[in-house]
Amino acid sequence: MSSSSQDTESWIASFCGLLGHEYFAEVSEDFIEDDFNLTGLQSQVPMYKEALEMILDVEPEDDEDEEEEEEEEEEDDEILGDERPAGYRRTSDRRHLRIASDLSVIESSAELLYGLIHQRYITSRPGIQQMAEKYEMQHFGTCPRVRCNACKVLPVGLNDCPGHETVKLFCPSCLDVYTPPNSRFQTVDGAFFGTTFPSLFFMTFTDLELAVNGVAPHNLAPGLGPGNIYEPRIYGFRVSERAKSGPRMKWLRMKPADVTELDETRAYWEGNEADADRPDEEDLNMIDVADGKAADRRKKIVGRRRRANGAGNSAAAVGAPVDTNGVGAAG
Amino acid sequence: MDDFNSETDSDYTSYWRDWFISSRGNEYFCEIDEEYLTDRFNLTGLNTEVQYYQYALDLVTDVFDFDCDDEMREQIEKSARHLYGLVHARYIVTTRGLAKMLEKFKKSDFGKCPRVMCESQPLLPMGQHDIPNTSPVKLYCARCEDLYNPKSTRHAAIDGAYFGTSFHNILFQVYPAMLPPKSQKRYHPKVFGFKMHAAAALSRWQSDERDKMKERLRVARVETGFEDEDEELEDEDEDEEMEGFEGATVQ
Ligand SMILES: [Zn+2]
Ligand SMILES: [Zn+2]
Repeated sequence: MSSSSQDTESWIASFCGLLGHEYFAEVSEDFIEDDFNLTGLQSQVPMYKEALEMILDVEPEDDEDEEEEEEEEEEDDEILGDERPAGYRRTSDRRHLRIASDLSVIESSAELLYGLIHQRYITSRPGIQQMAEKYEMQHFGTCPRVRCNACKVLPVGLNDCPGHETVKLFCPSCLDVYTPPNSRFQTVDGAFFGTTFPSLFFMTFTDLELAVNGVAPHNLAPGLGPGNIYEPRIYGFRVSERAKSGPRMKWLRMKPADVTELDETRAYWEGNEADADRPDEEDLNMIDVADGKAADRRKKIVGRRRRANGAGNSAAAVGAPVDTNGVGAAG
Repeated sequence: MDDFNSETDSDYTSYWRDWFISSRGNEYFCEIDEEYLTDRFNLTGLNTEVQYYQYALDLVTDVFDFDCDDEMREQIEKSARHLYGLVHARYIVTTRGLAKMLEKFKKSDFGKCPRVMCESQPLLPMGQHDIPNTSPVKLYCARCEDLYNPKSTRHAAIDGAYFGTSFHNILFQVYPAMLPPKSQKRYHPKVFGFKMHAAAALSRWQSDERDKMKERLRVARVETGFEDEDEELEDEDEDEEMEGFEGATVQ
């Protein structure tokens, strides 16, 4: 009787085995049992204690019984063997009562708690390693974009709080996010994977073919840039940008011919910080100066807003004449 | 043949085509008119392109009357499907063909853009080549102006030449009101709330390219077609960036 319960799959294994849960890693019990990893989750999950017990396949125990519990344990020590099935039956009776009241609440709490732990786990060392194995085996599928050549993708959340968006897929080749092809993933909360995971993944595994990180800029977005941008044609003739139905979105898939250009431009200006009046010409403006200085930021935003204004589409009243040469106003 | 007499003419004449377009995997095709198929001018050059051309055409137009073994029948059936596809590429750029494909587009018969920021924009089928047996059908999103692979393997096996390289662009020229507004919304890869530096630098470079294009259009007095001009201004400023794994922000 009691041995049959040991044969059954763990809660975690059966959760990860469900249809639509293919993206989940199996969080190790060590990780869950380390209280530090659960910091702050108690307030986010109803029936937290019961949910945690369910995830870890621990027999439920009631708070009121805690004093009795010690006595029971002593009893158990005395009556090894023959009497044990009775004790077992008793705990399962207790669980039976629970089933009547709130098992479904605990079940959904357990799923929520597991998801939130999972978000943390896959950014931990063992978790990211487990996800790397799944990535290699193409468990998350490939990018649907033709020019990404079936680049393998990773699950991502657009929000770290549950209840907002379902899970999406991040492609390192075009740096964009896609809806999973199968509708069964459209019930999986994106927060269970979180916003950080795929970016951290590619920063961690820089040796992957498609590593995307600051260290190896030549690997940045290999699916973008010249040759990877769709050029609309009608009977072989390119559709002009000036046509009403002409291309407007090429920028989304563009990349400078030499990606190091992005960093070099920034490095140049960082070395010339004293020059407050540096020009904001188009060729220098290719890369915004990302040095975080408030004045420069303001300057850029003003420049942007004026440009938007110039296009006749912005309602924001800046109170400055249309600036056609692109020189920023602040200084 | 008695059975057919009681039915209307169009039911009778589109027997094979009805079967074809309602077959699983053929959801991207529309029904080609009888008149179009029977006008030899529309089929110019296809007789050298299709094996058993005349039998195949007879089958497609439901006048097939040839006693042959199953193997031959299968060959002709295959030729008929190929012929239908090749005529289809020509038909869907005609007024009637465009109207039929527009209806299918409105019903999202070709699927929706998988790109999250395109917010389920309906797609159009297209070929990357006009020559048959070169590449399978792809799907075009008019919102991000990019090409995607069909989700289903049944669709992924269809010849792209049955839709051609021009159809989807012609449709939006003929029906400009069907053009979706372009979106500047985009995804920013983040690590613990910080934008990744390299991706953010690329994103800014792309935004500047976009602004240059908008300026060119403004000078040429052409509408840009963007819906959310100001959205990114706020978005771009709010986050700090992360340079590398150590978590150093760009300062
Ligand atoms: Zn991609
Ligand atoms: Zn799209």
